[in-house]
Amino acid sequence: MASSIREFVVDGVARGGAGLPAALAGSVTLDGGLAWVNGGRTRASRRSWLDTFDWRLYRAGLTLEHAVCRGRTELLLTGRDGDLLASEALAAGREPHWPSLVSELPAGPLHELVEPVAGIRALCPVARATSRVTQLRVLNDDAKTVARLDVDCMSVTSPARAAAAARLTLTPVRGYAGVTDRISRAITGVPGISAARGSALEAALAVAGLRAGDLPGRATTVKLSPSMPAGAALATVLTALLDALEANVPGTVRDIDTEFLHDLRIAVRRTRSVIKLCGSALPAGLARDFRAEFRWLGDLTTPTRDLDVYLLGYARMTAGLVAASPADLYPFHDYLVRSRAVQYRRLAAGLRSARFRRLSSNWRTALKEIGPARKRRTVAQLATARIGAAQRGALQAGQLISAASPPESLHELRKRCKELRYLVEMFGSLYDPAQRWQAVRELKALQDCLGAFQDAEVQRTEIRAFASQLLADRSVPAETLLAMGEIAAGLAVAQREARREFDGRFADFASPASQARLAVLTRPDGLTRTAGA
Amino acid sequence: MKIFATYNIKGGVGKTAAAVNLGYLAAKDGFRVLLWDLDPQGAASYLFRIKPRVKGGGKALIRGTKSIDGAIKGTDFDGLDLLPADFTYRNLDLLLDSAKRPARRLAALLAPLKADYDAVFLDCPPSISLLSESVLHAADLLLVPLIPTTLSVRTLDQLTEFIGGFNGDRPDVLAFFSMIDRRKRLHTQIAEDLPAQRPDFAATVIPALSVIEQMSVQRAPVAAFSPRSQAARQYGRLWQEARQRAGLT
Repeated sequence: MASSIREFVVDGVARGGAGLPAALAGSVTLDGGLAWVNGGRTRASRRSWLDTFDWRLYRAGLTLEHAVCRGRTELLLTGRDGDLLASEALAAGREPHWPSLVSELPAGPLHELVEPVAGIRALCPVARATSRVTQLRVLNDDAKTVARLDVDCMSVTSPARAAAAARLTLTPVRGYAGVTDRISRAITGVPGISAARGSALEAALAVAGLRAGDLPGRATTVKLSPSMPAGAALATVLTALLDALEANVPGTVRDIDTEFLHDLRIAVRRTRSVIKLCGSALPAGLARDFRAEFRWLGDLTTPTRDLDVYLLGYARMTAGLVAASPADLYPFHDYLVRSRAVQYRRLAAGLRSARFRRLSSNWRTALKEIGPARKRRTVAQLATARIGAAQRGALQAGQLISAASPPESLHELRKRCKELRYLVEMFGSLYDPAQRWQAVRELKALQDCLGAFQDAEVQRTEIRAFASQLLADRSVPAETLLAMGEIAAGLAVAQREARREFDGRFADFASPASQARLAVLTRPDGLTRTAGA
Repeated sequence: MKIFATYNIKGGVGKTAAAVNLGYLAAKDGFRVLLWDLDPQGAASYLFRIKPRVKGGGKALIRGTKSIDGAIKGTDFDGLDLLPADFTYRNLDLLLDSAKRPARRLAALLAPLKADYDAVFLDCPPSISLLSESVLHAADLLLVPLIPTTLSVRTLDQLTEFIGGFNGDRPDVLAFFSMIDRRKRLHTQIAEDLPAQRPDFAATVIPALSVIEQMSVQRAPVAAFSPRSQAARQYGRLWQEARQRAGLT
């Protein structure tokens, strides 16, 4: 059912709109026996809107607000149309300190709705404001309330300090939705009042020139045109990756959630891939100068991420225990947590270091200085050449794998596949999205399989190293080592399953149909045709 | 979702006043409340300024051709909705008689509202009929207002005996003395003695007070227009007893 809540904005009325409710009641003329009446005292509230760093709630059509009004604190979850989906009163002194993981929210319907959307990402304040809300009621000829109009004079306090245009929210009482159109028409009939084009959150962000859903450096936001010089296009892509990298640094250093580091690593890996695969299209010496530094940055992040992967999968690992009890693994869990704390300190120190600041600043300067190359090659030419080479490389690496091949050969293939995928995504705006998706369909499935194989391989190797360390420290009982052995056995089974699945996945990827779909991206005529629109 | 029913075979004993005030107090406590005005006289609907009219009448509701959900109206109070009365409710007995499992029909009609409401109050018309039987089967707690007379107590015993004959779930019974006239010795005597002797009686009594009669002038619950009055306090205590007895937390 469509929502019957309507929102309006009052142009030019922002700060000091105390007289607005009375003015509205006087200027919005209602007919058919309807009349305005003041709905009570003005309520002042402090509001914080929360979302994950990557806007998962917003993208799912949800808005989460933390409101404090008259000593009452509550979380309000609304849907796309402004309908309240769930609310949760927070006991004094037990309010989460933002940013906070969803697991910190009280159990209840709101938690149940937010948890599957936010997942492991923390909820962070994305905007803050103070509101003064006065309510007007609309009465029918029985003096029964049939609708309420909240008049909200909002001052945004973050991300910028400014007054927003006053907002009116018309909510019909249940069973009286029929009056909404009449009242709406009367409201919008007053000069200066118009239907709101976004939510209060969007209005709060707009005063700072921001938009909900914007994420620095998202691959989809990088737009290339086929005729762009290759160097300039690479500078655009690499700058976007640097934006993404830098945007994830504060969250990683504050250890807000594990995905800041994950996304930071993705930006680093992609940067390294571009430098490796397309370095020849960059000014002479640039790739060489920065390759080692980005490798340092990648290596800096690896130990913490590996331990994050272990801890994120810990519940699943213990759930699969057959002989051992989950309690046997507590010392192992403690060990992982301690090790992670040590590695995280090293990581945070590295990201705060002068070396990192230098890398980031010098890289940005170098990218800005990229000018037209002597040999003028377009990004379209570069894309077709590089994607074609990466496609051939992946195919050859896979064809060399036999039943007797060591795990390293699958890891090599995985790296080739990742490079191919990065290239397709990096040059993605040159292609039709549907065609791009079709081209990587089998590649994605192959990557998933190789990922499962390699993750199991790494974790199996690591758990042996952890066990040796724990044994050397004499810090754990035999039960813990036995339980770790059971986990290692489970990982071996998972790895064997992935290995069995591999042949079929690679056969799909190597099939003429799949290769032909990928080859479309490597043909100049195909690229021109798809990207010319 | 807990279902409360204010019921008595006799009229004019304070059923509607109890349903309206307890429903309001439940909503004030943060529960999502629905009050169903089952009495074709529509007193509860009148008190909430809602027209006693349901599209398709009682027939559509009982037969399920119109959803209950679509007939619900919001009152002026947050968290409190009303399913209005309709004059066709006078025929609910006949309509139920032609339905399958008539004694369980009301419970079946209310079942889909479980996710939307924490408490439902059924304000019943004074009668002993198939509708009453359906109400008794649907209710978790039967709130029985009684005027403190020997005959009223006898009626309560008959009701308890009747419920005792039910198969399966039976509603809990919480009787309370209503419209107590302090000037009458019999009233004060019975109202003091019985609650101490019988567990099915609430300790709280509702006196006969003019502020309760004012409800029909103010068209609102006493607890809303005169929250500090003695009547509001007594309804508040009665609500706490009823809530505890029903296990509504």
